[in-house]
Amino acid sequence: MDQFRLFPPQASTTSHEVDALFFALTLISLFFMAVIFLPIIFFSVKYRRGSPADRSNPRSGSFLIESGWTIGPIFLSLGLFAWGAVAYFRIERRPENAIDVEVVGRQWMWKLQHAEGKREINELHVPLNSTVAMTMTSQDVIHSFFIPAFRVKQDVVPGKYTGEWFKPTRTGEYHIFCAQYCGTQHSRMIGRVVVMEPAAYERWLKSGEPTESIVQTGERLFRDRGCSGCHAPNSQFHAPLLQGLYRNPVPLANGTMVTADDQYLRDSILQPGKQITAGYQNIMPSFAGHLSEEEIMQLIAYLKYIGNQPPPSQE
Amino acid sequence: MSTLTSPASEDAFVAQQFDDIEQQREAAKLGMWIFLATEVLFFGGLFLGYTIYRFTYGQIFVETSRRLDVLLGGSNTAVLLVSSLLMAFAVRAAKLDQRRMLTWLLIGTALLGCVFMSIKGVEYHKDYVDHLVPGRHFDWHGADPRSAELFFWIYFAMTGLHAIHVTVGIGVMLVLALLAWFGKFSHGNHNTVEIAGLYWHFVDIVWVFLFPLLYLVGHR
Amino acid sequence: MVSDATEIDIKTAGEFARENYLSVHHGVGSWLLTKDHKRIGLLYLFTILIFFLIASIAAALMRIELVTPQPKLVTSETYNKLFTIHGVLMVWFFLIPSIPTVLGNFVLPMMIGARDVAFPKLNLMSWYIFVAGGALALWSLVHGGVDTGWTFYTPYSTTYANTHVISMAAGVFVAGFSTIITGMNFMVTTHKMRAPGLTWFRLPLFVWSLYATSLIMVLATPVLAITLALISVERFWGVGIFDPKLGGDPVLFQHLFWFYSHPAVYIMILPGMGVISELITCFSRKPIYGYVWVGSASMAIAVLGFLVWGHHMFVSSQSVYAGMVFSILSFLVAVPSGIKVFNWTATLRKGSIHFATPMLYALGFIGLFTIGGLTGLFLAALAVDVHVHDTYFVIAHFHYIMVGGMVMAFMGGLHYWWPKISGRLYPELAGKLAATITFIGFNLTFFPQFILGYLGQPRRYHVYPPEFQIYHVLSTAGASILGVGYLMPLIYFIWAWKHGRVAGPNPWRATGLEWQTPSPPPEHNFEQTPVVTGPPYSYSAEKDVDLDLASI
Ligand code: HEA
Ligand code: HEA
Ligand code: HEC
Ligand code: CUA
Ligand SMILES: [Cu+2]
Repeated sequence: MDQFRLFPPQASTTSHEVDALFFALTLISLFFMAVIFLPIIFFSVKYRRGSPADRSNPRSGSFLIESGWTIGPIFLSLGLFAWGAVAYFRIERRPENAIDVEVVGRQWMWKLQHAEGKREINELHVPLNSTVAMTMTSQDVIHSFFIPAFRVKQDVVPGKYTGEWFKPTRTGEYHIFCAQYCGTQHSRMIGRVVVMEPAAYERWLKSGEPTESIVQTGERLFRDRGCSGCHAPNSQFHAPLLQGLYRNPVPLANGTMVTADDQYLRDSILQPGKQITAGYQNIMPSFAGHLSEEEIMQLIAYLKYIGNQPPPSQE
Repeated sequence: MSTLTSPASEDAFVAQQFDDIEQQREAAKLGMWIFLATEVLFFGGLFLGYTIYRFTYGQIFVETSRRLDVLLGGSNTAVLLVSSLLMAFAVRAAKLDQRRMLTWLLIGTALLGCVFMSIKGVEYHKDYVDHLVPGRHFDWHGADPRSAELFFWIYFAMTGLHAIHVTVGIGVMLVLALLAWFGKFSHGNHNTVEIAGLYWHFVDIVWVFLFPLLYLVGHR
Repeated sequence: MVSDATEIDIKTAGEFARENYLSVHHGVGSWLLTKDHKRIGLLYLFTILIFFLIASIAAALMRIELVTPQPKLVTSETYNKLFTIHGVLMVWFFLIPSIPTVLGNFVLPMMIGARDVAFPKLNLMSWYIFVAGGALALWSLVHGGVDTGWTFYTPYSTTYANTHVISMAAGVFVAGFSTIITGMNFMVTTHKMRAPGLTWFRLPLFVWSLYATSLIMVLATPVLAITLALISVERFWGVGIFDPKLGGDPVLFQHLFWFYSHPAVYIMILPGMGVISELITCFSRKPIYGYVWVGSASMAIAVLGFLVWGHHMFVSSQSVYAGMVFSILSFLVAVPSGIKVFNWTATLRKGSIHFATPMLYALGFIGLFTIGGLTGLFLAALAVDVHVHDTYFVIAHFHYIMVGGMVMAFMGGLHYWWPKISGRLYPELAGKLAATITFIGFNLTFFPQFILGYLGQPRRYHVYPPEFQIYHVLSTAGASILGVGYLMPLIYFIWAWKHGRVAGPNPWRATGLEWQTPSPPPEHNFEQTPVVTGPPYSYSAEKDVDLDLASI
């Protein structure tokens, strides 16, 4: 049996931050409970019916007192809000230079892939003290990737990419839960994170069958699925080159501009007609239904890789 | 102008929970206004969905909107506006105790409602023939058929819900016309006509919003 | 002796009004066709109790199942159906109608000195609509149930669930119209039917709270209706409004759902707050402290409550900035709740406090609502919610407010107005015992869930890791005690209907207009329309009366 505990393990940088706010809230709650419950008990005893207490000149209100207990909580609220918001902002912002992990949720399992190509199911191995950032999507319903020991959680939504990151500070094994109700086996959509010493992690990463990296898989798909037939410098189709695209502004046919982020790349593959690049015809076929969520992520990993390279000189 | 009627005859219409006809009248009117507020929010959910997708799929919505028949939609707007005018006259006729006039105005309103529904039916039929009805028969040659289908879903949901309201309105008008013929609304008891009028104007106003949003976004 | 401050005529005390709303007509037909708001209130009481019973049995089954980490009693599929039926019935078929349709229907017209609500026929119709909605919900329950959770999140509910989602959604849709009608009726009644002299600031606070509730009912429920209609259409015809595979956005559904459901949680607490204002004043024999503030707080909650729905979606992928706006507004909506709690506490000062059963429930309410509300602040604080979202912490939060708050208030109100409703008193000692058992059982059931939630136990989990077991066992133990606390009143209310001591028109020596008429009241409430000359709650603690309850 596991030992009896009152408090979850603190195993990431975020967990300390969240717990600090949690304790502050607990203290404030205890304060308000004291401010309310103690007088209730006191009055209940002192002014119980028939007691000899003095009941003359009762008050039925005072503007000053009312304003006091209106304004006090307002200011306290603002402080608590700001504290929570600052921490939330940090939790929600994807940090730079993180170890990339791609996550696809489905009823009822988690499929994960490391940038080096190693795949896992319902398990996630990560090195101690490094920032790990996940890109997540679902191939069916909404799930939620929850690691209580790290105090992180994010819904995994079909049709879009969401992110989650953490920096583990203690080795060990921790729960992964699916926190968003997703059907019959929702409570069995669980797994574990294994936080390892960096050296052990390197060994683990190299163990087993050698795999191609995600970018390599993406490159292969780019060729095999015929993307390169159009998107190559010497193609007979008039299609944009994708080098230098990622994170840069793209002019659209309707005159607006968008930034080529993950979501844009995804939509370009699945709904090419939604946003048409200026100067091109809408001839790209939709690949919806022809690529799995993993393959799309791999393609995007490749597009990001070449997208970070300088654009080739104009043909 | 209805002051000619004697208070005694008014009292006959006062339900037991009210003190006088004035209270009853005000209560009914306020009730109708509250009901209309709920209706606004009922349609509001659809308007919100429309707005969000209009921003996400702006270009497609413009293209799809061009496939709707502005002429038919426009004439329907005119039909409803005229019917609202008749309704306003009907309320006046009820207040002035003009029984015949009232009956005919109510029938006229209902008829215009029917004209509206017929034009709508013609339009729906055209959409069906053109494969614009979402579902298996939907056929769209152009960029991004999925979003186009979404537009037509919203179009049918909004106009369909509105059509249900018009149908209910026609029914109400016909019943009122019948009651009016038999003199139910004489002697200052015009309250029912008045609140039915509020409903009819509301249905009209909803269309006035639907028309530009659905039909005119594609036209500069 | 009675104090002059209360100005109550007690000549008829101890007499059972023979010619009353219960005795004037007889037979099932007279009940099913009644337009009397009092009888309709009782019809509602009977109906919602049935739903409460079914939903409670579901809760009991869940709690028994959760005693062990691995499945024992039911399959995962059944478990999922259990919490769905529990949530749907408790929210839409018990708690939302509870105080408004039962106590509100019964006392609102009397409190404002009216003969009935503004639209009695609509009132009866709303009950029939409610029954029809309930029948649809039960139909889907009998035919296999629904497993989407009470939140109906898409695309699970529209595409993946293969249970009776449409009929359940239709049931809630239909019941929604009964809520709308009730809200409309109450608003018009409060506006137009007040007795002479009864100005807005002389209204009892229960009336204010019902008015604020009605406002939400009328403005929020239609949004739920259209949302449920869209789900059904989408499920039936494959419309793509919410389905990502068809180009829709599932998060839009969540926005629409919570745009209704957050205001709806205030439908589920404001009437309770109103009842508490009545109880606290009556049993401490004092006017309320800060009348205007308490009344305005109800309105503030109703209005602000419309602006915070996004706090259910902090990790749903909505924008970070939207999350911040919703967070700060959630904190602000807590302020008027605080005002109420502080004013109730201040009302006790220099009072003459009678610990009658309704008062015990009222004090329990203050305690449990405060805890539930304060934990709502944890949830509104963004970073903490990321961790506790969709865990048992949330479950504990809302049971503290809905069960510890609203159900307590409903019980308190039921005990308080029972003499008016039935003309007889319930057994006081049994009442006190039940209130105490409920309070203890409640805390044992739901306090452990806060710890459990922070440890990371997700909600809607049929199986769970073994280290969480101890808290689940405590919780189930508490639920069995809580169950007893609920069963007791059921038994003694039935008993007291025939055998209770005759109450007389005003056993509590309370000041509201509803007490100035015999118990049970005559069919049209008052022999003659009362005229109001002063503010409500003109109690005096200095010249207190003995309520003489010990011998009941
Ligand atoms: C009657 C029902 C009810 C009520 C009244 C409330 C009241 C509040 N709720 Fe709750 N809530 C629910 C029912 C209710 N809730 C339900 C059912 C859910 C879950 C739905 C689901 O997912 O299934 C939920 C979920 C929920 C969430 C989402 C959690 C999540 O899913 O991650 C949040 C987040 O902000 C929240 C916040 C609040 C707040 C801030 C209040 C405030 O109104 C509370 C105000 C009261 C107080 C604060 C106490 C008294 C005040 C003082 C003593 C003064 C001191 C105050 C300050 C310093 C400001 N609630
Ligand atoms: C609105 C009112 C309301 C009320 C009154 C209650 C009352 C109770 N609820 Fe409910 N609950 C909800 C609203 C409500 N709930 C909602 C909205 C949800 C979310 C649903 C969702 O996720 O979709 C929920 C979810 C919910 C869960 C979480 C399930 C999960 O996520 O897996 C649990 C678990 O403990 C629970 C327990 C209880 C208990 C013990 C009671 C008790 O108060 C009931 C007491 C009654 C009895 C216990 C029965 C009578 C007693 C006996 C017959 C004696 C024998 C009993 C035993 C041996 C146990 N509720
Ligand atoms: C038939 C030719 C064709 C094929 C095959 C094709 N594309 Fe395209 N693609 C285009 C054209 C033309 C455009 C520009 C018009 C537009 O935006 O739709 C484009 C646009 C894009 C864009 C947006 C580029 C920008 O500058 O904004 C991306 C990303 C993209 N394609 C990726 C892919 C991937 C990945 C595949 C393979 C899975 C693929 N394409 C297959 C023709 C093609
Ligand atoms: Cu996946 Cu819950
Ligand atoms: Cu909320």
